[in-house]
Amino acid sequence: MNQDIYVVIEHLQGQVADISFVMVAAAKTLAQETGGQVVGLLLGHNAQEMAKTLSADRVNYLDHPALAEFTSDAYINVLSKIISAEAPRAVLLGNTSIGADIASALSVRLGLPLVNSCVSFSADGKFTAQICGGKIMTEGSLPEPTALATMIPGGYKPEDGQSAQPPHITPVAIDEIDDLRVKFVNYIEPEAGDVNISEESILISIGRGIQTEDNIELAEELAELLEGTVCASRPVVDQGWLPTSRMVGKSGQRVKPKLYLAMGISGAPEHIEGITDSEVIIAINTDATAPIFDIAKYGANIDMLDLLEELIDQAEESKGG
Amino acid sequence: MKIVVPIKLVPDLVEELTINDSGTALDMTWLRLIINEFDDHAIEQAILLKEKSGGDVIVLAPDGEGVDDMLFTATAKGADQVIKLIGNFEDGVNSHALARAFSDVIKDLQPDIVLTGVQAHDDQDGSVGPLLAEFLGMPYIGYISGVDLENGKALTKKEYPGGLIGEMEIILPAVLGIQAAEQPPRYVAISKVRQASKTSAIDEREVTDLNQSGGPIIDRMFQPEAGEKATMIDGDEEEIAAKLIEIFEELGVL
Repeated sequence: MNQDIYVVIEHLQGQVADISFVMVAAAKTLAQETGGQVVGLLLGHNAQEMAKTLSADRVNYLDHPALAEFTSDAYINVLSKIISAEAPRAVLLGNTSIGADIASALSVRLGLPLVNSCVSFSADGKFTAQICGGKIMTEGSLPEPTALATMIPGGYKPEDGQSAQPPHITPVAIDEIDDLRVKFVNYIEPEAGDVNISEESILISIGRGIQTEDNIELAEELAELLEGTVCASRPVVDQGWLPTSRMVGKSGQRVKPKLYLAMGISGAPEHIEGITDSEVIIAINTDATAPIFDIAKYGANIDMLDLLEELIDQAEESKGG
Repeated sequence: MKIVVPIKLVPDLVEELTINDSGTALDMTWLRLIINEFDDHAIEQAILLKEKSGGDVIVLAPDGEGVDDMLFTATAKGADQVIKLIGNFEDGVNSHALARAFSDVIKDLQPDIVLTGVQAHDDQDGSVGPLLAEFLGMPYIGYISGVDLENGKALTKKEYPGGLIGEMEIILPAVLGIQAAEQPPRYVAISKVRQASKTSAIDEREVTDLNQSGGPIIDRMFQPEAGEKATMIDGDEEEIAAKLIEIFEELGVL
């Protein structure tokens, strides 16, 4: 057993994911309390270079051809052996398409408790986590002796997990990885849309509040007046009303516009993740407790459809005047 | 092909949430429950697979307010069998306990594939899907938005950030965490649900041991303080629109 804080480094197509830096920053807080080290676990194939920017005390690098691309089976296979042999104080994983696929399996296989969706940790080893789309927070002590925790962004800046000074990198030999039941086939790159919303400076973003496909025309009309672009949260894209290239959030695009006008969007964590770099967020929602108001600069408690028509009229007037 | 779909109810976030007297859990008394939206996608994906490749769809859910309606809705959509887990679910159970309960029942069903929602917004100790997979000794892939079945394998589309898709192959039997079905969950008229409740039955399975180990102990539950909330613009639509136009002009976007 040791007092170190392990971080499972996530990467995709040769890039370290931002959540990895966030987790390293979080691990530093926890390691101060335990007196242990911050240890990155980097799994990959010919991927050692990626360890260099991590602000960890040490990175254990595990190389194997079966780890060239992420698969749940191979990662669980390798990580379960390391964690049970070394029993660190905590292991941090992203609550992401990578981390969430493996954290639960590790919890069951190793009999270790798991805390989901942690935002931050206090210096005395307590976690703050989020549920109910950000409407409820929970607090508790990290279970002992070894806790697993998944993290979401928001509590730490990625910069605080980065360093110009490379950490100690220790290659670790791994046994054969066999009997794999999950196989990576290939990547399908996103279809290039008519516009790249991550480069747009004015975004009119619509959510469930748009109600019907026909109403999208109203959003388009406003966007035209503001010389902006219409984008959307997941439910609108799932309905097939806008192409995937217009989706903002965790599985979609991260945007950084000058103005993000969020209409009928409640602000689930998956959506918020994609808009935190916006300069000004204005939120329109009928639910006064919607989490979107926590990060917006301006807000209004009104039905987006009632407002849209009025807004179009007044914008037309203002342009004409 | 036997397709099993474990689903659950979650608090409707449109309603106000309150915390109970213990200060560590949601007050269940007035809570309105709805189907976990990702589970709704899992049902849709299961029905799509059945329509494409044939097979039986079996939907399971733990007991709770509104569960019968939810299960009859699944029947009306095309599920062949629906099963309600009977046990001490009133005060809510964590994902570990629910996954254990599901696995006890699903083991006997011997599914070829298990589809469930990739997550639920009230998961405090991991999601049910990957926990269940490990209890069943099956492999798991989550964040799935497309499934094809062929020769004892599933070819899946796994979502990554930025619209990137990872195509992955998984050997069956397996558990898949569904992010989005290949088409939006179908709508069924209330009359069809009513009809299902008259012409079909819900099977019941007793669950005795709801073992919650594997989750954290919550010391405090709270609503986030409105620290840096938005500056709210009051008024009717005309007044709000006027103020927004002012802000647009200040920002130089109009």
